[in-house]
Amino acid sequence: MAAVSLSAVSKKFGPNTVVDKVDLAIEAGEFVVILGPSGCGKSTLLRMIAGLEATSDGEIQIGDVVVNDLEPRARGCAMVFQNYALYPHMTVAENIGYALKVAGLPKADRIARIQSVAQMLGLGEFLDRKPMQLSGGQRQRVAMGRAMIREPKVFLYDEPLSNLDARLRVAMRAEIRRLHQRLGTTSLFVTHDQVEAMTLADRIVVMNQGRIEQIGTPDEIYRRPASAYVASFIGSPGLNLLRVNVSTNDGHIKFGDGQLLAYDRKIWKNLQDGPVTFGFRAEEARLASDGRGLSIRFSFSEELGSSRLIYGAVADEEAVLMIDHDEKFSADETAALSIPNSAMQFFSAETGRRIS
Amino acid sequence: MIERTPLLNVTTYIVLCIGALMVFIPLWLVFVGATLTVREINIPELHLIPGNHLFENLSAAWERGHLGERLTNSLIMSLGVATGKVAMSAITAFGLVYFRFPGRMLIFWLIFITLMLPLEVRIVPTYAVAANALWPFQSILDATGISGIIASLTGIQLALEWNLLNSYTGLILPLIATATGTFLYRQFFLTVPDELLEAARMDGAGPFRFLTEFLIPLSRANMAALFTIMFLYAWNQYLWPLLATPDRAGFGTTAVVELKMLAPNVSTTGGGTPDWNVAMAGCLIVMLPPLLLVAFMQRYFVRGLIATEK
Repeated sequence: MAAVSLSAVSKKFGPNTVVDKVDLAIEAGEFVVILGPSGCGKSTLLRMIAGLEATSDGEIQIGDVVVNDLEPRARGCAMVFQNYALYPHMTVAENIGYALKVAGLPKADRIARIQSVAQMLGLGEFLDRKPMQLSGGQRQRVAMGRAMIREPKVFLYDEPLSNLDARLRVAMRAEIRRLHQRLGTTSLFVTHDQVEAMTLADRIVVMNQGRIEQIGTPDEIYRRPASAYVASFIGSPGLNLLRVNVSTNDGHIKFGDGQLLAYDRKIWKNLQDGPVTFGFRAEEARLASDGRGLSIRFSFSEELGSSRLIYGAVADEEAVLMIDHDEKFSADETAALSIPNSAMQFFSAETGRRIS
Repeated sequence: MIERTPLLNVTTYIVLCIGALMVFIPLWLVFVGATLTVREINIPELHLIPGNHLFENLSAAWERGHLGERLTNSLIMSLGVATGKVAMSAITAFGLVYFRFPGRMLIFWLIFITLMLPLEVRIVPTYAVAANALWPFQSILDATGISGIIASLTGIQLALEWNLLNSYTGLILPLIATATGTFLYRQFFLTVPDELLEAARMDGAGPFRFLTEFLIPLSRANMAALFTIMFLYAWNQYLWPLLATPDRAGFGTTAVVELKMLAPNVSTTGGGTPDWNVAMAGCLIVMLPPLLLVAFMQRYFVRGLIATEK
């Protein structure tokens, strides 16, 4: 277990800056998820920590040691890869125990540790099989075992669940969480799946275009996204974002089609006249029974079982609403939305940063 | 595109059978020839039924051609070429694929060019080098005047000489120095996923371990195929062993070159009846080792081709 800290870490490939001056401090024992769309530099960041990629600039520290110039093996990290990267010509036992073999551990010790790791992951009966003879979930477990057996200071996960089917993914997610609770090893987990991030993380790091957009607990990130980008990325569906104009004198915002919506000037003191991005969560707006409120025109719906998502347009911009299952709606109908002040969020139209 | 219609099946079989016959008939004629007597083989009539003098002819060929020694020579040379080739190809390709160093592409292309220079094209310079492997160095020293300086300073006339003719080294080395296997290995290494290398690095494996514990075990099928091909290539060499082994009485030569000596000509028959039956028997013997090797090795590379990793 060790803390990891990055200061002004950058990575350039030729003229492209993939990771741009990232500062990040991870406490010992913490489970941090790096979340972002593909190409945002999250995997590169992880690989720099692992030592598979050189840093162009900045400093990486694991524990008290600056590891920039250390070989991967000397950094004390273990990594779980997206495609598992199991050694196809070795049995499960050899796969799991390979790091120990390289380290020159006596065979008896190796076998004992392989056995205990295999026990923990429920791989006991597969030790003599080759990776090819295993299912996706089992391969995933072998990859985890290979990382665990070294008792590393830091676990690095590079989108390890993205090759699994949906059910297995949920199961493995729970298992990773359980393992972390048991071992308490500092973990970094890279994913593009915000559900994975929300469920696994102590803290989430949201990345976009090589920069960190926000660092916070899942709750903070969900409730108070620091930017319009984070807001749209987190939650399913993401935050509804609409372009509006603020009039502080009248205490209302004006939508593209001229509709007005009043807001509480006491709460939103920092709003200024002019264009802003207005946001609200699909699950926090209600259909107004009295017909007074923001008018939305519905187009189609998605069934979720316990609830239902309806897609529609407010002032020609797309908006989504989550309604209870027994509430009625029909396509091409216009309805009124009531959005309480507590559900409103505002972001700067230029910078996208949150206005509080 | 896989189509299965009765007409197509029949046509396929017919074409395959014709092909098989074209390959098989000459071999059958060799076999039949090896079972006949001198008289039988020399009457102008094509024999298709084997006679019963096979073993006499085999032992005549064995003795007259010194096939015991010749086959040993061939075996050592072919094993040497095949092993050397596999080892050299694997290491060169490893260097080219997994290491970044200045001039990597230049070296790659230099190796590539040797593909266009088969042994037959470079046979004269190769012979000159084999006759004295240090001759290139000597000529460099002479041309730069260094040997002249040494001679005037010490009075020693520099004459570097290392004759490779009539030696296994001389037979083997020139055949190893080509690029074919390097390319096979390079292509294979390029298909090995990067994540495998990265996982191995995370587990603490250095380059040497990665080569010996990952790439070599993973490339077993390639290795079996390359080994077999190179063994056959070396075994069937004619021109180079012919030139590289002038000392027939001492070092001898390879089995394939010896076959030429077994073929009847005026000097061996002394104007008598040409004994093609013995030559055919010699052919049979010389054909046998490669045949055995292919039969033995094929299951390795066929299995390798079927059991490809995902």
